[in-house]
Amino acid sequence: MAEAPRGRESRRSRVERWSFGVAFGAAGGLAIVLLVAPTVIVLITSFTNAYSLKFPPPGYSPRWYAALWNDSPEILAAALLSVEVAAIATAIATVLAVAGAVGLARRRETWARLLDAVFMSPLMLPTLALGLALLVLFNALGRGLSMTTLVVGHVAICTPYILRTTTASLLQLDPGLLDSARSLGARRWFAFRTVTLPLVAPGIGAGAFIAFMASFDNVAISLFLSDARSEVLPIRMWHIIEANLDVRAAAASGVLIAAAVILMLVLERLTGVSRHLR
Amino acid sequence: MRRHAGDWPLVLPLTLFFAVFVLVPLALLGAVSLYSDTTLTTHGVAQYVKFLTDRFNLGVLGQTLWLGLLATVLALVVGYPLGYIAAVAPPALQRVLLLVIVLPLLTSAVVRTFAWVVILGRQGIVNGLLAAIGLIDAPVRLLYTPWAVVVALAQIQLPLMVLPVITALGNIDPNLRHASHALGAGRWRTFVAVTLPLSAPGLLAGCLLVYAGSVSAFVTQTLVGGGQLMLMPQYMYQQAIQANNYPFAAAVAMILLAAVLAIVIVVNTVTKKTQTLVHG
Repeated sequence: MAEAPRGRESRRSRVERWSFGVAFGAAGGLAIVLLVAPTVIVLITSFTNAYSLKFPPPGYSPRWYAALWNDSPEILAAALLSVEVAAIATAIATVLAVAGAVGLARRRETWARLLDAVFMSPLMLPTLALGLALLVLFNALGRGLSMTTLVVGHVAICTPYILRTTTASLLQLDPGLLDSARSLGARRWFAFRTVTLPLVAPGIGAGAFIAFMASFDNVAISLFLSDARSEVLPIRMWHIIEANLDVRAAAASGVLIAAAVILMLVLERLTGVSRHLR
Repeated sequence: MRRHAGDWPLVLPLTLFFAVFVLVPLALLGAVSLYSDTTLTTHGVAQYVKFLTDRFNLGVLGQTLWLGLLATVLALVVGYPLGYIAAVAPPALQRVLLLVIVLPLLTSAVVRTFAWVVILGRQGIVNGLLAAIGLIDAPVRLLYTPWAVVVALAQIQLPLMVLPVITALGNIDPNLRHASHALGAGRWRTFVAVTLPLSAPGLLAGCLLVYAGSVSAFVTQTLVGGGQLMLMPQYMYQQAIQANNYPFAAAVAMILLAAVLAIVIVVNTVTKKTQTLVHG
């Protein structure tokens, strides 16, 4: 930031500048350490050669990654199921949310704002309550729990992310572009497909990515809606950490951290995903 | 607006989905909470009476909201300055900071919670450091304490505080700051009188997200808090799945929903007030 124009700085304002910088720098630095350190500590711990989560580890070896890959079919199955659920839920949520965003964008009517608040509510309300509520619904319908019930719950929590980023992209779109397309004779769908969609695609992509991660990470909904056979990865890991603190949990965490970093960097290039998170 | 007038039917599929799979279930949940017995035969408010007249139950509610509040304050104290630094940083540094802030958000919350289990465990880095500098002889119990839960919640929700703060600070015209400096106000005075009030909407939005996330963070509460610390989400889960007492679990869920909703409404009202104060 440019400094305000000033002549000779008074002693008092020097002290102020200094104390302000130190206070904000210290708190901000602490925040950075808090954000980064836990991840780094998990990564280091995952390479331990011991049977416990001692930090720092007594020695290093990739043995727990090997154990994860070779002797942990239940963790790998849970991971596969999580990817499957997240992919299906994100796909359905993307279609619903993009259509919804096009229908709602730039509307000021009360009903539109009310609907928007309802669609965004899973971000704010305790999703554990929604999980229990859906369980009550499926029980009332006499439907047992299945992959379908799990996906339904996940669609509800995926939608708001995609709705938000798509709406933001639509609002940045120059309405004149669509007018031009229309006045040149383009039908509504054709104009949407050739003008709107390519321009808001990064927004949709960023939203879908965040939604996928949210679904992949979700425990609250899955806790109530998955049947005995279908255990998703975060719940499997929750059980491991709660029960016996198996070091394989550290290795699985290491894999998830690496996957998040790689996906993040790829998507940052493609869609500038960090802009869409604000 | 006429240009978009014909697009409204596109909202129908999403509306239908939310009606059937969000609104109806929540209404059903409310209905189930209004049964007095677990076999769902007698209507009544017995579950709410039972909850609100019992010291243990009220303690669970109070503890949940209190720990959520502490985590929010901690996240604010640490997160706001980081948001400030990121907002005034040159673009290249800002990109790096944003990645550092966003990345934890995309790492699983179970993983981030697990990190705290490792850090605060008996053989963790905190106990190791304390022993190394001679403050303790034997490892102390850090996990399964309320403070551990507060620190872990604040850290895990930190990005949700920082991101809206960055947005709000980015929207402030830097000339206002410069004008304040030029008129003789120092750094602190400018911050308190100009920057802080103007960033209030982002700050409040961040607080709301962290608070809502903290009071319903089942994974963090159960893994860092352990069995000793009963909080609302775990209580709801235990009553529904283990005790099979759906009416009581539903009442717990409704009370938690009401508590979060009340905070959302209060904060949104305050946000509107501050906006009219600033712009009105």
